[in-house]
Amino acid sequence: MNDTAPTLEVRELRTHFFTRAGVVKAVDDVSFTVRRGKVLGLVGESGSGKTVTGFSIIGLVDPPGRIAGGQILFQGKDLASLSEAEMRHLRGNRIAMIFQDPMMTLNPVLRIDTQMIETVQAHAKVSREEARQRARDALGQVGIPSPDERLKSYPHQFSGGMRQRVAIAIALLHKPDLIIADEPTTALDVTIQGQILAEAQKLCAETGTALIWITHDLSVVAGLADDIAVMYAGKVVESGPVSQVLDAPLHPYTVGLIGSVPSRNRRGEPLRQIPGMTPSLLNLPEGCAFRSRCPRAEPNCAVPPPMPEYRPGRFARCIHPHLEEAVAA
Amino acid sequence: MSEAMTAARPAATAGAGAPIIELRGVSKRFSRSLDFAAKLARRLGAPVREDVVHAVDGVDLTIHKGEVVGLVGESGCGKSTLGRMVAGIMPPSAGTVLRNGQDITTLGGAEARLGKLRTQMIFQDPYASLNPRMKVTEIVGEAPLVHGLVRRAGLDAYVDAQLRRAGLDPAFKRRYPHQFSGGQRQRIGIARALAVQPDFLVCDEAVAALDVSIQAQILNLFMQLRRELDLTYLFISHDLGVVEHLSDRVVIMYLGRVVEEAPVAEIFQRANHPYTQALLAEVPRIDARKRAFAGVKGEIPSPINPPSGCHFHPRCPFAMERCRVERPALREIAPGHRSACHLNDRV
Repeated sequence: MNDTAPTLEVRELRTHFFTRAGVVKAVDDVSFTVRRGKVLGLVGESGSGKTVTGFSIIGLVDPPGRIAGGQILFQGKDLASLSEAEMRHLRGNRIAMIFQDPMMTLNPVLRIDTQMIETVQAHAKVSREEARQRARDALGQVGIPSPDERLKSYPHQFSGGMRQRVAIAIALLHKPDLIIADEPTTALDVTIQGQILAEAQKLCAETGTALIWITHDLSVVAGLADDIAVMYAGKVVESGPVSQVLDAPLHPYTVGLIGSVPSRNRRGEPLRQIPGMTPSLLNLPEGCAFRSRCPRAEPNCAVPPPMPEYRPGRFARCIHPHLEEAVAA
Repeated sequence: MSEAMTAARPAATAGAGAPIIELRGVSKRFSRSLDFAAKLARRLGAPVREDVVHAVDGVDLTIHKGEVVGLVGESGCGKSTLGRMVAGIMPPSAGTVLRNGQDITTLGGAEARLGKLRTQMIFQDPYASLNPRMKVTEIVGEAPLVHGLVRRAGLDAYVDAQLRRAGLDPAFKRRYPHQFSGGQRQRIGIARALAVQPDFLVCDEAVAALDVSIQAQILNLFMQLRRELDLTYLFISHDLGVVEHLSDRVVIMYLGRVVEEAPVAEIFQRANHPYTQALLAEVPRIDARKRAFAGVKGEIPSPINPPSGCHFHPRCPFAMERCRVERPALREIAPGHRSACHLNDRV
C-alpha cells in the first residue's frame, strides 16, 4: 500500500432510510478523508448522522436503510460495491469498529477467550494455542492486568472501563488499517477516559492505524484528532485540520457549538447558545438545514449551499461564513 | 450580565450568607440483608458477612445562602446519595443534616414539610423524571395546588408564568412529556421544581444527558434563575468544565469521602489533593490541542471493600506507608481551602 494514499476516502456518501413516514436522509452528502496513522474527529449532536456514517463504512446499515449514493474508498476499493462475502472478509479484519456500549461487541454468555479466539480464527488460519496467544497479547496491549487470568472471565466480571478495553483489544486483534470508534468513552469516567484516549493515541502512532473518532464532545476531539468534520442534519457542514476549525470556525453552526462549550476564560458569563433545536430529518427545510437557527441567515440560504474549499483541506457549507475572523486568526 | 455575576460572587466566596444547609458527619450505608441460606450458614459458624456499601462516609459540608456549590466525583463516589440526603429525600445512616440551623430529622409536621418544599431536586434523566401519563400543566401545577401556594382559580395563570420562566411556550401545556425534546423536558422539570417556590435546588447531573448546544441553553437558564430568584444550588456533576463555569465553590468526592473543597478559582489553579490534580489533568479541554493523555493508573475500587487508610492510596503516585493505615483528615490548608491528604503534614 502506498503511504501517501489515504486509508479511507468517503465521497458524497448518502445513506437514506425508506420508512413509511417518508425518506429519512440520515446521511446526505458526507465527504472526508482519513490518512494512515491519523485521527479524524467526526463531531455532531444526536441525530446528526455521525453514527450512521460509521455504520455505512463498515457495512452495518440494516433495512429500511441503504446506501443511496456516493463512494466509500478503502485503500482505493469502493466498499459500497462489495458483496456481503467480500465485506465480511474485511470487517473485523482490516476495518474494525468500537461501540459506545462494549456489550454491543461482547457476548454476555461466552468467556472472553472464546470470543477472542473465535475472532482471530475467523480471519487467520492459526492454531487455537496461537490464537489464544494473540488474544492475550492484545489484552496486554490495552493495559489489562494479568491477561492470562482475565481471558477466562465473562464480560460481567469486568468494570465498564475494562469491558471497553476488551472491546478495543478485540478490534486490535488483526491490526486493522482503519478503526471506527463510536463514542467509546462517553459512558466512562474522566480518569478512565484518559486511559482509553492514551491507548488510542499510542495505537495510531505505533501501528499506523487510521482512526475515526465519532463523538459529540469537542473537547475530546481537540486533544485527540488531527482533522475534524462537523456534521449537522446529515451533512458535513465544516471540515479541516483541528486547530483551524476550532480556532477559526467558518460555519455559524461550528461557531455556535464552540461557544456552547463552557471554557476556562469565560467563567460565569452566559454561554453563547444556539437558539431552537435540531430539525426533524423527515421534513428538513429547503436549502441550508441550519438556517432557522442561524443568526446570519438570509433569504438566499433557501438555496442548497455549496461546499467550497476555502484553503487546502478546509471546507465549509455556508454562503456567508465567518471569513473575517478566520483571516484575523 | 457579567456585572450581576461578579456582584453576587464576592459575598458567596466570602461565605457571608447564613448557612442554608449544614452536614455534620453524615454517612449513608446500604447493606444487603442475608438470605435464608446465608443466615443458616452463619448460624453454623461460617464466616458470612453482610455486604455493606459505605456510599457516603462521614461528610461535613456547609452551603451558604446564595452560593453555587459544585459537587464533583466519578461514578460510585456517592455524590448522588449525598445530594439526596441534602434534599431530604433519603435519611442519613449517621450524622445530622441542618436546614437553616435546624436538624431536619427532629422537625415536626408542618415545618418539615415546608423545609422539604423549599428544597427541590432536578434529575439527570428528563425522560424518567416526568410522569408520562400527565399533561405538562398537571405536572407543573399539581404540587403548588396541593400545598396551597395557589388557588384553583389562579392555577392556569400561575402555571403559564412558571413555564414562561423556564423558557417554555405555555401554548404547549396540554401536551404530554413524550411530545417534547430532551432539552424541553428538562425545562419542564425545572418549571416543576420552581413552581413550589424553593430557595435551594439540588441538580443531579442535570445537563449530562443533553446535547452541547441544549446544555448551554439550560446552563444559561440556571444562571439567569439564580439572579432572578436568589437561588442556592448544589450542582452535582462529573463534568468539571460545567462545574467550573457555574460554581462558586467546588467539593471533590472520592469513594464516599470529601477529599478536597475550595473556591472555584483556587481549586483549578492550586489543586492540592493528588486525586484532584489527576482529575483536572485528565479533563479534555477545547483549547488543548493534540495533547498526550496519560491516565491515572488503576481503576476506581469497589465501595464494598474500599482500600484502607486513604481510599486513593493504591492509585496515588505519592502514596506513603502512612496512607495505607491512617485516614487523612480534611484540614484547612488555606483560607476556605480544605484537603484530606497526609502530604500536607510534611514540611
